Amino acid sequence: MLDLGLDVLFKGKNLARLLGGLGVALKISATSVLISLPLGILLGVLMTFRSPIIKAILRLYLEFIRIMPQMVLLFLVYFGTTRAFGWNLSGETASVIVFVLWGTAEMSDLVRGALIAIPKHQYESAEALGMSRAQAYWYIIIPQTVRRLIPLSINLITRMIKTTSLVLMIGVVEVIKVAQQIIEANRTASPNAAFGIYLTVFVLYFFACWPISLLASYLEKKWK
Amino acid sequence: MAEPILTVEHLIKAYGETPVLDDISFAVKPGEVIVVVGPSGCGKSTLLRCLNGLEPTQSGRVRLGNETVAYGGKNLTQLRQRIGMVFQSYELFPHLTVLDNILLAPTKVQKRPKDEVQKEAEALLDRVGLLAKKNSYPRELSGGQKQRVAIVRALCMHPEILLFDEVTAALDPEMVREVLDVMLDLAKQGRTMIIVTHEMQFARAIANRVIFLDGGKIVEEAAPADFFDHPKTERAQRFLRTFTFDAVK
Amino acid sequence: MDWNAIQQYLPLYQKAAVLTLRLGVAGIIFAIVIGLVCAVIQYDKIPVLRQIVGVYIQLSRNTPLLVQLFFIYYGLPKVGIRTNAELCGIAGLAFLGGSYMAEAFRSGLEAIEPIQTESAYSLGMDRWQAMRYVILPQAMSTSMPAFMANVIFLLKETSVFSAVSLMDLMFTAKDLIGMYSKTIECLFLLVVFYLIILLPVSIVGSLIERRLRYAGFGS
Repeated sequence: MLDLGLDVLFKGKNLARLLGGLGVALKISATSVLISLPLGILLGVLMTFRSPIIKAILRLYLEFIRIMPQMVLLFLVYFGTTRAFGWNLSGETASVIVFVLWGTAEMSDLVRGALIAIPKHQYESAEALGMSRAQAYWYIIIPQTVRRLIPLSINLITRMIKTTSLVLMIGVVEVIKVAQQIIEANRTASPNAAFGIYLTVFVLYFFACWPISLLASYLEKKWK
Repeated sequence: MAEPILTVEHLIKAYGETPVLDDISFAVKPGEVIVVVGPSGCGKSTLLRCLNGLEPTQSGRVRLGNETVAYGGKNLTQLRQRIGMVFQSYELFPHLTVLDNILLAPTKVQKRPKDEVQKEAEALLDRVGLLAKKNSYPRELSGGQKQRVAIVRALCMHPEILLFDEVTAALDPEMVREVLDVMLDLAKQGRTMIIVTHEMQFARAIANRVIFLDGGKIVEEAAPADFFDHPKTERAQRFLRTFTFDAVK
Repeated sequence: MDWNAIQQYLPLYQKAAVLTLRLGVAGIIFAIVIGLVCAVIQYDKIPVLRQIVGVYIQLSRNTPLLVQLFFIYYGLPKVGIRTNAELCGIAGLAFLGGSYMAEAFRSGLEAIEPIQTESAYSLGMDRWQAMRYVILPQAMSTSMPAFMANVIFLLKETSVFSAVSLMDLMFTAKDLIGMYSKTIECLFLLVVFYLIILLPVSIVGSLIERRLRYAGFGS
């Protein structure tokens, strides 16, 4: 039979180590998401304000963050801050900073999009029914915005998880790094380990993201 | 007497348990204009769609000449070229100009030479008063103009019979006339047509024969004067009354 | 800022940018082809193929490109499928991008009213003619905004190519930082080069979006 190098997986604590590596990646995503969501909502609401200065500044921030590959942002924060400010950030801290900056930008754009997607006559018909501004927001606008927003924010979580794979490139020991170590250690005993181990990493990421994607598309369909 | 162009034999169609067309039979002779009227949901649009093989049917048969028109049947694309259809919602192709909308099927499906078709298309556009719009896109036209283009598009395929599915129902009242005039003109030229409409005055003027459909069945079939002045059935009388108003003052 | 160093590094970055663009464009072209095929299969509900496409799309969308690349580059050779680094980059990008393009095209296709197809049928067109002359051209333009967003996304994703030892912009930057520690200059050039690649695409994207939103065909 073709040696797929899957045996290595069950040697010693290899599977547990891989899962631990995935845990590091998930921890970074979770932290970043938890900070990004409220910041993003705040920023998104700010963007619907009419002040041109706030708008211009936010716009510049948003566009820069969104156009740069996250890899570049990681390099800027990880290597750049050391040089410019003499900080010595750990890879993990640098990643959380980058993902919060990025997640906030993405989230604020989703919030802004959901807010401006509510047709003007929804506000008007609420007024026509004699509702106060607060009532209109509470009963009409916010429920609709939230329904649009929740599936999109859940999708942002899977994007965040996938993006954390990049932290490998700034030296964080996460799942791919652990995989490399395992393959290296078993080079002679199991030369085909690269296939089995990277396949496992692939599957692990898939099962981390897939349920979340399913939930997002379920909610999207349900609330359409 | 001429052979019928199109024959419908015991057509039955149902959506699940709900019957939509219940044993429909009639024949259309060359040059005949048949108007199908009836209350909403009586199955008249479904009937037209079946005549063009756009809907599966449970039993019965639609014949064009000696061939059978059936959903998913063989030669359907050839048969459809011989049956022109105009939809309520025009269905021009938004990404093509008026002229390209008309030329698409004759050149790509029938493989006729482009300059020949174009000459014909321009003549027909001129006849419906839209030659100046030949390079416009559908979105630049009014509803009435779009519908006239849709008619020209169907005509350019040289169909033996034309099906009109409530072609004025989506139009603003002031545009209805320009479309109906085109259809009256076609009737004068001796075209064979089946028209589904809610315009009773028009139906009376254009029809050789009126078919009154209710509950998926042909309830009455008569010459227009007979049908509109002396409807035989109670259902037809009730239907026609919905178009008149009693004064309240 | 050490402008001498920048001048000295410039040719290296140029070379890297050309590599990034070359592989990026090739990967995106394959992604478009895969996406089109998958979208039509899903739209036409072709049995079996449709299920396969569904599985592919889930696999592709729920895993990071970096992991896909590691598997293709280091894993597959162990079972006899050998690729060089460049092919691997293109294949990875196509595998990832195919599903994103498929979703963009599919929603474009689904936005076309079924009666448009029927109207094509009533003119005697067959399925293929209706698809080619009536449905696809419209679907393409409806899916343009999503398509452009995908192009930008995929070009950005090329930044992980250095993981399979391709000498792209990230690789060059990291290499030069390691050798000469002119960090600021290297990062500056990195940002500038990505802006040169991505800004024009992004601007074209928002122009297309505006045009589609406010106009449509024929203006």
